[in-house]
Amino acid sequence: MSGREAILAKVRASLSEGGNDPARRAAIEARMAKPPKGVIPARGKLPDDARVDLFETLASKFAATVERVRSHADVPKAVAAYLRAKNLPAAIRIGADKRLAAMPWDRQKAMEIRNGPSDGDDEAGVSHAFGGIAETGTLVMTSGKDNPSTINFLPEHHIVVLEAADIDGDMESVLAKVRKKFGKGRMPRTLNFITGPSRSGDIEQKIILGAHGPRALHIIMVDG
Amino acid sequence: MQITSPEFKANSRAALADPQLQKALGNVRSGFIEKRLKAVADLPEFERLRDSAKAIKDHVLSNLDLYLEAYEGRVLEAGGKVHWCGTAEDARQAILAICRGVNAKVVTKGKSMITEEIALNEFFEKNGITPVETDLGEYIIQLRGEHPSHIIAPAVHLNKDQVEEDFRRVHDHLAPGRDLTEPEALLNEARRVLRSRYFEADVGITGANFLVAETGSSIIVTNEGNGDLTQILPKIHIVVASIEKVVPTLDDAAQILRVLARSATGQDMSVYTTVSTGPRRPGDPDGPEEYHVILLDNGRSAMLGTEFQDMLRCIRCGACMNHCPVYHAVGGHAYGWVYPGPMGAVLTPSLIGVDKGGHLPNASTFCGRCESVCPMKIPLPKMMRHWREREFERGLNPAVGRYGLKAWAFFAKRPRLYRFAAAMGIPALKVFSFGKERFSWLPLAGGWTKYRELPAPEGRTFMQQLRERDAVMKQAAP
Ligand code: SF4
Repeated sequence: MSGREAILAKVRASLSEGGNDPARRAAIEARMAKPPKGVIPARGKLPDDARVDLFETLASKFAATVERVRSHADVPKAVAAYLRAKNLPAAIRIGADKRLAAMPWDRQKAMEIRNGPSDGDDEAGVSHAFGGIAETGTLVMTSGKDNPSTINFLPEHHIVVLEAADIDGDMESVLAKVRKKFGKGRMPRTLNFITGPSRSGDIEQKIILGAHGPRALHIIMVDG
Repeated sequence: MQITSPEFKANSRAALADPQLQKALGNVRSGFIEKRLKAVADLPEFERLRDSAKAIKDHVLSNLDLYLEAYEGRVLEAGGKVHWCGTAEDARQAILAICRGVNAKVVTKGKSMITEEIALNEFFEKNGITPVETDLGEYIIQLRGEHPSHIIAPAVHLNKDQVEEDFRRVHDHLAPGRDLTEPEALLNEARRVLRSRYFEADVGITGANFLVAETGSSIIVTNEGNGDLTQILPKIHIVVASIEKVVPTLDDAAQILRVLARSATGQDMSVYTTVSTGPRRPGDPDGPEEYHVILLDNGRSAMLGTEFQDMLRCIRCGACMNHCPVYHAVGGHAYGWVYPGPMGAVLTPSLIGVDKGGHLPNASTFCGRCESVCPMKIPLPKMMRHWREREFERGLNPAVGRYGLKAWAFFAKRPRLYRFAAAMGIPALKVFSFGKERFSWLPLAGGWTKYRELPAPEGRTFMQQLRERDAVMKQAAP
């Protein structure tokens, strides 16, 4: 018997179940196709403006910095200002996201833009979020050439552009959008939920920011 | 790893007299409890979420065969591979074969209790592969040649000066005069050293908090980001997970995630919750080229359908040990194997056998705090009592042991009678055991004493030892 068959046989023996009960199988298929609505905290169930405010409040509480801009055209300027304020070189790593590419980076004359995944030598990376979760101030990122996962983790500073309109109240709502975009049961290679910058409490339980991932997480929220 | 669970009592005595450990354990008592309390108070739906999380796992466990099949199907569709492993040895061999396939020299690891359970690091070293722990706490204890003393805070038994000593000893290429007095400096140094290791590794190994049947995904939850670098930079990502980790859908994972971080660290969400599905897609510029799942049973299927099935709901949050007066007093290493605290006291006998782990369920004051904080509502005290009953039935509990020892001594002092009885076979000894099974192992007294202490000459109670510990602490205080 293969390892697979042996394990399944043991599980079935312990459960006193045979393997071929079609009713059981149909029941779990149905449950997977339409999971029962769980407990969704009231916290995130808010009208649009309040929901965006809650996202901002909680993301800040968990040590991200949040800045709001009126339009996409304001983003490059905001990025440049952030880098200056942090005394960082005017250079960013960026993927192939079309929304980011369409922004007026050429107005930031001194800005060096490196395209593609991060190689570990970038001080700052810029990504576009798939969405946000107000309930916990969490960013949702999907992998791929538009926003390579390495940009989420290797640069010292991670700057994330988030459309205010993409902020949902809870994780389940975002997951519904993921299913819609990628197809039911299909996923991007990596779906990251990010709540604040990297940290560790492993030395004497004292929380220190900047463990292995970015030391700082800056969110530029586009209101328009 | 060397199992010392049978020596729990001796381990505890040593732990109570260790001032460094006692100082470090103060961080458990003060930190975790308050943070959890605050996070729970901030979410009015917390109790209902516990019920929801429990119901999900109960549903999965009673349909585990079907969910495992569904999960496997999705992993394959996404281009991954599933390796079904009945035992720890099966898992080690499957992992080694994958590593050998790419001639791996260095393997990075995200934090994973399951790889502790299968003693993977020791096995790698024996086979000429260098495992590099990347979680800060795991990295520290790897440098020390130790094992985690807590399931989510592996180095909680250490103080920062001990970490500084280790870093100076191991990072000897760095300037000896550097300042490492603050935890920030220690973290920065580990970050720098480990950065290059991520790029060097051929294979990255992580555990999984959840496996998702709907999508064939594995989910990890971390704060440092090391688990992500471990899986997106090397060519191969191996996930090591036990069979009970599967949940039906992402929405089910979302329900349980709401109680996980709050119970563990008092966070609303951990910093990184990462859902990984298969290898990188065509056109992806990063991510692993291969994705393997080691699906491990290692005794869990035998817990299904028994009074210990509820233990398989455990999501490894650590709340039970954070609130356990026994853990507070002696720390995690005293438990002598991978899983400490109340969850360890229940799980260890199931996984390594009641003969080796059977003492741990006695390490309880039955105060009930563990059950009251367990997000999955696992009746831990009740299960510890079940173990005591089983231990009693098997004649392994200390009271019976004492009685047995007396009877054994009677024979031992009369060697001819002993030899005669032994030669007659064990039934002869049963005369003295009122027909119970418990003497069957007596002639093997060597084995018996190897796995348990002789009953201590009635001496210091646990409470007396606690008082002595407090005296040690006062001395240690500056
Ligand atoms: S037994 Fe409960 S409290 Fe303990 S680690 Fe498991 S889920 Fe957490």
